[in-house]
Amino acid sequence: MNRNRYRLLSIPYVIWVIGFTLIPILFILIRALTDDGGAFTLTNIVAIFSPLHRKALIMSLCLAFISTLICIILAYPVALILRGSRIKKKNIILFILILPMWMNFILRILAMQMLISNNGIINHILELAGLSPMNIINTPRAIVLGMVYDYLPYMLLPVLNSILSIPEDVIEAAKDLGSDKFHVLTRIIIPLSLTGVGSGITMVFVPSMTEFVIANILGGGKIQLLGNIIEQEFTVSMNWNLGSGLSVSLMAFVLITSFIFGRNNESTATGITI
Amino acid sequence: MKKKIVSMICALSLIASMLTGCGGTSSGTADKSGKTLTVFNYSEYLDPEMLEQFTKETGIEIKYEEATTPEELYTKYKSGGIDYDLICTSDYMVKRLIDEGETQKIDFNSMNNVSNIGKEYWDISKAIDPENTYSLPYFWGTIGILYDKTKVNGPIDSWDVLFNGEYAGQFIMQDSMRDTFMITLKYLGYSLNTTDENEIREAADLLMKQKPDVEAYLVDEARDEVVAGNAAMAVVYSGEAFLGNLYNPDLEYVIPKEGSNVWIDSWVMTKNCSNTEAAQKFLDYLCRPDVAMANFEYIYYSTPNEAVVKDMDPEIKANPAVVPTPESISGCEVCTQNDPVTTELYNTLWKELKAE
Repeated sequence: MNRNRYRLLSIPYVIWVIGFTLIPILFILIRALTDDGGAFTLTNIVAIFSPLHRKALIMSLCLAFISTLICIILAYPVALILRGSRIKKKNIILFILILPMWMNFILRILAMQMLISNNGIINHILELAGLSPMNIINTPRAIVLGMVYDYLPYMLLPVLNSILSIPEDVIEAAKDLGSDKFHVLTRIIIPLSLTGVGSGITMVFVPSMTEFVIANILGGGKIQLLGNIIEQEFTVSMNWNLGSGLSVSLMAFVLITSFIFGRNNESTATGITI
Repeated sequence: MKKKIVSMICALSLIASMLTGCGGTSSGTADKSGKTLTVFNYSEYLDPEMLEQFTKETGIEIKYEEATTPEELYTKYKSGGIDYDLICTSDYMVKRLIDEGETQKIDFNSMNNVSNIGKEYWDISKAIDPENTYSLPYFWGTIGILYDKTKVNGPIDSWDVLFNGEYAGQFIMQDSMRDTFMITLKYLGYSLNTTDENEIREAADLLMKQKPDVEAYLVDEARDEVVAGNAAMAVVYSGEAFLGNLYNPDLEYVIPKEGSNVWIDSWVMTKNCSNTEAAQKFLDYLCRPDVAMANFEYIYYSTPNEAVVKDMDPEIKANPAVVPTPESISGCEVCTQNDPVTTELYNTLWKELKAE
């Protein structure tokens, strides 16, 4: 009886999953596997390998990869520093790092556009300092910057969580057994925090792969990611079948990459698995 | 087990009702008593006070629905959840609705204020409604170049500045397939509605050559970039140009001499509109000088209402973004819907351009 009552609690979740995950995916799959007449076809799925789409896919993969890498490089040392710091300071630093997430992400990207535009604040400061202005807006670098800016907290939180949850005893034991600081880091902390890094990679890489808004605003519409092509197919071209086919192929790529990065995730310390 | 099945059924039926019932809300069926009109318009495209005033004057209540793009408007209309009486949408979508038999003839003879709409706008409107029987022009405008006087060498009058490399890295194109192709086709001396593959490919080649010089392809931000001084010029809609002028008086708007796209938003009466008398009363009301003036001062797009143009603030009247000279629009064309083959060609070429 009691068990059944608990089961009732799952009803909202079941409704959610059916209504907002399963049915939409089903619709997309149906569209992806048919042409506009409704006949079965694989052309929409295979379309991702056409030169035009392949180019956008490679660009998406590259930018997502670089952004993820930068996020790790930025987040990992911060997590290590936070582990070493006293409790009170830790919360404040963490709070400051997470604070931007409270702001709407489009606003943040628009603000970034203002900052790095040719006549923007950063170039003004550079000019005042007698340096040559940098030309970063409307290039792939600007998109990477925007993605790192937006997604860094998603890397930081799981990494920090896994590093903080390494028991002090383990490190003490390693030291007792003669490890120096370097070996504590490479043999103890890094291996034990890989689960968090895996989660972080998934949470940064996946949205970066499918991004199109940042590419539109910071890339000035000059850099075509796969997300932009899919958006175009759904809005301007009204070819929903091709758009769905490309979405399904992109999903496959995302799954493959997350699988490669996330396989050590089974005994996760963060509760976030894929 | 039984409970599980019950909960599954509950979930499924709830989802079914969500999927089917989204349109069936309060604003549903029109009142047949002649006291209600359902009006469908773009958002922020009419002074809301004018709706209240209409109800006060005539006792006819207005149910007002909004959409942001022609495609959204069309999808909402077609889904059939609401019986719309009057729809305001853009030229090619008006044509589509007329072609699909979704509209009915408007009896313009019964409307006293329709004579305020200038003859040239009825002529422009013929591109989508050849006999001027189904649609009533509401607002219109052009596409041109908005430029900063202080950043260019002399006044600009041609699309050439976007292609000759003089302002490389300083101009912004529209991130919109038809608009960007339109400019190039007009520059090459072709019609913007051409279906000739060679002409379209020639335009695409030129765009490809132009791309390294383009600072960015933007839509809503194009105007802001010129206002902020990040670009010397941008391709914009005339309404945007007027707003840009308010922020920065150094900005000028020009419709290049090669011609451009003139767009027109019009009202149509749907085939399901049963109370045509009330609907016509509303359209007539919109053409009345005081109402048209209020709507103009709410939106500041070009108005086809000559009574409004006559009484307009002289400073605004002198702005080519609001009241273009007849010569400047003589080379302009209305954009019509392309056939599927041409649309497909456009899509591919546009993707190639953006991927370059």
